[in-house]
Amino acid sequence: MDYGTLRGFFALLILALFIIIVLWSYSKKRKSSFDDVANSIFEEDKLNKKNNESHLKTDSKQERK
Amino acid sequence: MTISNTSAVDYNFDVVRQFTVMTVIWGIVGTLVGVLIAAQLIWPALNFDTPWLTYSRLRPLHTNAVIFAFGTSALFASSYYVVQRTCQIRLFGGKLAAFTFWGWQAVILSAAISLPLGYTTSKEYAELEWPIDILIAVVWISYAIVFFGTLIKRKTSHIYVANWFFGGFIITVAVLHIGNSMAIPVSAMKSYSIYSGAIDAMMQWWYGHNAVGFLLTAGFLGMMYYFVPKQAERPVYSYRLSIVHFWALVSLYIWAGPHHLHYTALPDWAQSVGMVMSIVLFLPSWGGMINGIMTLSGAWHKLRTDPILRFLIVSLSFYGMSTFEGPMMAIKSVNALSHYTDWTVGHVHSGALGWVAMVSIGAMYHLIPILFNQGRMYSIRLINVHFWLHTAGIILYIVAMWISGVMQGLMWRAVNTDGTLTYSFVESLTASYPFYFIRFVGGVLVVTGFILMAYNMFKTIGAKDGSLKPVEEA
Repeated sequence: MDYGTLRGFFALLILALFIIIVLWSYSKKRKSSFDDVANSIFEEDKLNKKNNESHLKTDSKQERK
Repeated sequence: MTISNTSAVDYNFDVVRQFTVMTVIWGIVGTLVGVLIAAQLIWPALNFDTPWLTYSRLRPLHTNAVIFAFGTSALFASSYYVVQRTCQIRLFGGKLAAFTFWGWQAVILSAAISLPLGYTTSKEYAELEWPIDILIAVVWISYAIVFFGTLIKRKTSHIYVANWFFGGFIITVAVLHIGNSMAIPVSAMKSYSIYSGAIDAMMQWWYGHNAVGFLLTAGFLGMMYYFVPKQAERPVYSYRLSIVHFWALVSLYIWAGPHHLHYTALPDWAQSVGMVMSIVLFLPSWGGMINGIMTLSGAWHKLRTDPILRFLIVSLSFYGMSTFEGPMMAIKSVNALSHYTDWTVGHVHSGALGWVAMVSIGAMYHLIPILFNQGRMYSIRLINVHFWLHTAGIILYIVAMWISGVMQGLMWRAVNTDGTLTYSFVESLTASYPFYFIRFVGGVLVVTGFILMAYNMFKTIGAKDGSLKPVEEA
């Protein structure tokens, strides 16, 4: 196989890979897990807010006085 | 650790703090040198007749300072922060992370000394001589170890998309830097590239364009995918699109380099490949831009009150503009008009000041209060003033360069009926003077904005822990 043909096959391979990536990421099965991942960056803050709620309340009371 | 930031994980924020502060400092230095050389183009006497202050030596100092000192410090800070927060684990490497900070500052200082002294390889954006190149490689490999080490020991199952972009940027920049900097040293500060002729040119722009594509794009897209959703308090518009965006961007960018070498000794087919790949690149670029901007859908009102979010979203608009302009300029017939003119300079700065600087500034304003235990920056008003100074500065800059560039291109190609050139080069230079002044004014506005940012930052750092309360949502 000469170099040109090899490169042709390589281009097709990359194209196929790309189509697989698109199908994989847009498959219905993965929607909910991707939604979870997209929201994962907020999880830690939510936890912190819960821990801090009592602390914040006392703070604002003090300010009012 | 009072309000925003109590967590079970003992994050390594020391190195993030160091890089964050230096980002702002290098932002001032880099743009200030830029303003000085912009002024030299109007008032040549400003080189004070010393070789160390000539345009030819300060110009690489400016580009190195803004790309590798300001931009790369911002990338170090944000990638170290994001990888820890999204993996919910302390940064891997301990002292190695500290070494990347001090090592990188040493690289910057040696650039700031060696470039004005006239040591240069003459390769654009890779001017630094071989001993500094080796130090860069060592620091960069340490960076990769720290970053990927953290990814490997992560507590979360999925690797968040921002880390994919950061990881892609770190690996590719290592390959580019080591590949392009291969040289044979002949003395302590002089070396010759192992590549020659057209191959050297191709290597140089394979490196050069991918420094744009991976350092100035992929890395900052990683920043975008974390800080835009965080600041908007909404998840990214489409996580699926972000996956396709990543793979499309990294597989296409690497081919676009030859568009810097249109109508040169580079083989014609290579020029055409570069042109076609650059045009296709428009698609992932705009996919990413839309993904970032649409993250705000349903929350557009936040732009009215939050200048940090405004920085981030306007940066994406500039990203969209430059990634439309870039593919267009890569078309050979357009390039015949634009190449070697100020249009290129305008294009670069719409990307650098608009996209890279604005997304970094937004990310730093988001980070500084968190890193220094505050609920918000010292002054939101000053952030707003900074936003308008920066935006007005960019617009003055790029509009002036567009007009000047197209004018230069038209004047250089104009011929009389007998085939002689209509204008001499000096005539085109004289015609550019007014635009050089407008560019200088734009640059002064950008530097002023950076100085306000530094003031705001030091006031925030100096304030008593937790004394700056977060702004209540209206």
